[in-house]
Amino acid sequence: MTTPVLEVPVLEVRGLRKHFPIRQGLLGRVTGQIRAVDDVSFSIAHGETLSLVGESGCGKTTTSRCILRAIAPTSGKILFRDEHGDAIDVAGLDRKGLRPLRRRMQMIFQDPFSSLNPRMTIAEIIGEPLLVQGMRDTRERETRVADLLRLVRLPAAYLNRFPHAFSGGQRQRIGIARALALNPSLIVADEPVSALDVSVQAQIVNLMLDLQDQLGLTYLFVAHDLSVVKHVSHRVAVMYAGRIVETAPTKQLFTSPKHPYTEALLSAVPVPDPRRRAHRIVLEGDVADPSNPPPGCHFHPRCKYATEQCRTEVPALTEIEPGHAVSCLRAAELSLRGVASGS
Amino acid sequence: MAEPILQVRGLSTYFFADEGVVRAVDGASFDLYPGRTLGIVGESGCGKSVTARSILRIVERPGRIVGGEILLRRHSGQVVDLVTLPSDGSAMRQIRGGEIGLVFQEPMSSLSAFHTVGVQLIEAIRLHSPLSKKAARARAIELLALVGIPRPAHRIDAYSFELSGGLRQRVMVALALAAEPHVLIADEPTTALDVTTQAQILELIARLQRERDLAVILITHDMGVIAEMADDVVVMYLGREVEKGPVDAIFHAPRHPYTQSLLRSIPSVLAEPRARLATISGSIPHPLARPAGCPFHPRCPDAMPGRCDADVPVEVSFADNHVTACHLYTEPVA
Ligand SMILES: Nc1ncnc2c1ncn2[C@@H]1O[C@H](COP(=O)(O)OP(=O)(O)O)[C@@H](O)[C@H]1O
Ligand SMILES: Nc1ncnc2c1ncn2[C@@H]1O[C@H](COP(=O)(O)OP(=O)(O)O)[C@@H](O)[C@H]1O
Ligand code: SF4
Ligand SMILES: [Mg+2]
Ligand SMILES: [Mg+2]
Repeated sequence: MTTPVLEVPVLEVRGLRKHFPIRQGLLGRVTGQIRAVDDVSFSIAHGETLSLVGESGCGKTTTSRCILRAIAPTSGKILFRDEHGDAIDVAGLDRKGLRPLRRRMQMIFQDPFSSLNPRMTIAEIIGEPLLVQGMRDTRERETRVADLLRLVRLPAAYLNRFPHAFSGGQRQRIGIARALALNPSLIVADEPVSALDVSVQAQIVNLMLDLQDQLGLTYLFVAHDLSVVKHVSHRVAVMYAGRIVETAPTKQLFTSPKHPYTEALLSAVPVPDPRRRAHRIVLEGDVADPSNPPPGCHFHPRCKYATEQCRTEVPALTEIEPGHAVSCLRAAELSLRGVASGS
Repeated sequence: MAEPILQVRGLSTYFFADEGVVRAVDGASFDLYPGRTLGIVGESGCGKSVTARSILRIVERPGRIVGGEILLRRHSGQVVDLVTLPSDGSAMRQIRGGEIGLVFQEPMSSLSAFHTVGVQLIEAIRLHSPLSKKAARARAIELLALVGIPRPAHRIDAYSFELSGGLRQRVMVALALAAEPHVLIADEPTTALDVTTQAQILELIARLQRERDLAVILITHDMGVIAEMADDVVVMYLGREVEKGPVDAIFHAPRHPYTQSLLRSIPSVLAEPRARLATISGSIPHPLARPAGCPFHPRCPDAMPGRCDADVPVEVSFADNHVTACHLYTEPVA
């Protein structure tokens, strides 16, 4: 396993919260809060990939959108290290303050073209961020776009074509080229391969790994698919109902999970080998509702290890080994099952 | 093994569009047995759903079954060829939903938003059996309990949008089983669900199969789900069956280069962290631009020029009903 180059965090998130008001009636009175992200903290080192995993609605996308300041967080700090090495709190910046940082953090989406103009050519789509950042010289822009296309391994002949002519995998390559146009240091990728067929998914996963090595990129990789996460991450953070319940180096998280939710999540993943039909832990019930989460440990109603204490006491995310933190009241005494490699 | 309940023989379903003919399914053949699960797997557009829709005779225009047989052993014991029945005739209506139950990926689009779960279930029950409304309601509550819906007597009056994705899919399964079919076709039943909910639904399907000796066709693009659930597997690529056989042979002794490449390219929770994946070069061709010869040849690492790009490979059989369509296993014709 390759270790990240520098231990300096490119991104440090502290106590991030994003609550959405629930409005009701004609006057739109606020009758409650959806605690989409509820006190989330993590950091990502230069050149590292941290994956944020968890089931739909647990707050992954909301966390990413706060970091990129597509939305304003309710509270918390988002410290981003700029090219001079200074940590800037993105959470507190206004539009003007954000502008110079925008090029340093970029997003890759599940469907990169859902938000783009179908009448723009590939060259225009990839070149647009360059133009916006003031690269007015057409020749210079064309050269850069051609370089970017080569970087994502697409033929230069595609430059003058339109997005609809491309397959899902090719579109994702174009989305990546556009994200890389301004030499960002942090890439936030929200389910970048979830919509792709396996044979194409593998190509994009490898491309992202190669680009990271080549360009020293830092990734926040958001995904619900634990198998994909295993192939891309240095470290993993598992979210449940707006909170991080466990974070650890990839191998450790998969082989010796310490949170019952991580254990259940891992055991639910179907393994592509009929000789390993596992005895699964099948969780009862549904994911906790972030507008009305259970008291105590959010996971307690579905947890087979829950005790009386779990119903009332909120577990704190606590480091139990270097780099491995868990929020479970019973983490120290439980011996949980991970997925073993080999036979 | 018992007699098959469903035999598909050389099924071909084409779409006749203005731009050309899409051979969505081109010569599929397989047998389905009571108490067993047949998995149909392949990447998007390979013809999985059209196969299911052909069996149910709900292929929409401009699609048409152009060849083959679909032999169903009916509850009465009589064997009928579904291809010869009028798609909206009374026999086909009895079979669809009655003798063959159906579960789709999107419960939201298959369930009505205007009627409660109970109204829909009661209708489905009474369509295929002469129960009174009251008896059907009691039966509906039983069915909801059977598929693991908590407080069924209360939930029966809920609307589908009031339920979580997992509960909705359970309602779909209850609906599919309302008429006590012997065959269940589940087309990507867990694709829209989270893993833990997927595990619940897969376990539900497996339990109901054991209890009722159901014959299940499970359609998915997910090799993990196939490995977990299927007894027999059909692997499809661009409308063609490229390989089929017992699940263990497909995963541990795959013959077709497509199956082999597909298995290598699947990400796995068992992999080393940050391990690069094996890839299949190129992408799935457009359905109107199906390559000549073997449809996989432009992406195939073993392709033999002159044969694979020219002749359509025929199916070759090995032990244990393991079959593949690939020129690597036949001698060139002199
Ligand atoms: N703009 C919004 N307004 C209200 N609720 C939202 C909004 N965006 C997300 N949510 C809610 O916040 C929770 C977390 O959502 P999201 O971050 O999208 O989860 P994930 O990406 O993990 O699936 C969900 O309950 C979702 O419904
Ligand atoms: N209504 C339709 N009109 C034209 N082509 C169709 C239609 N439905 C399916 N097809 C084509 O048939 C092929 C098989 O589709 P389908 O069975 O849905 O694939 P999948 O394996 O993803 O379920 C695809 O090429 C698809 O484009
Ligand atoms: S027939 Fe030829 S191209 Fe097709 S899979 Fe076999 S070797 Fe590859
Ligand atoms: Mg999301
Ligand atoms: Mg389909």
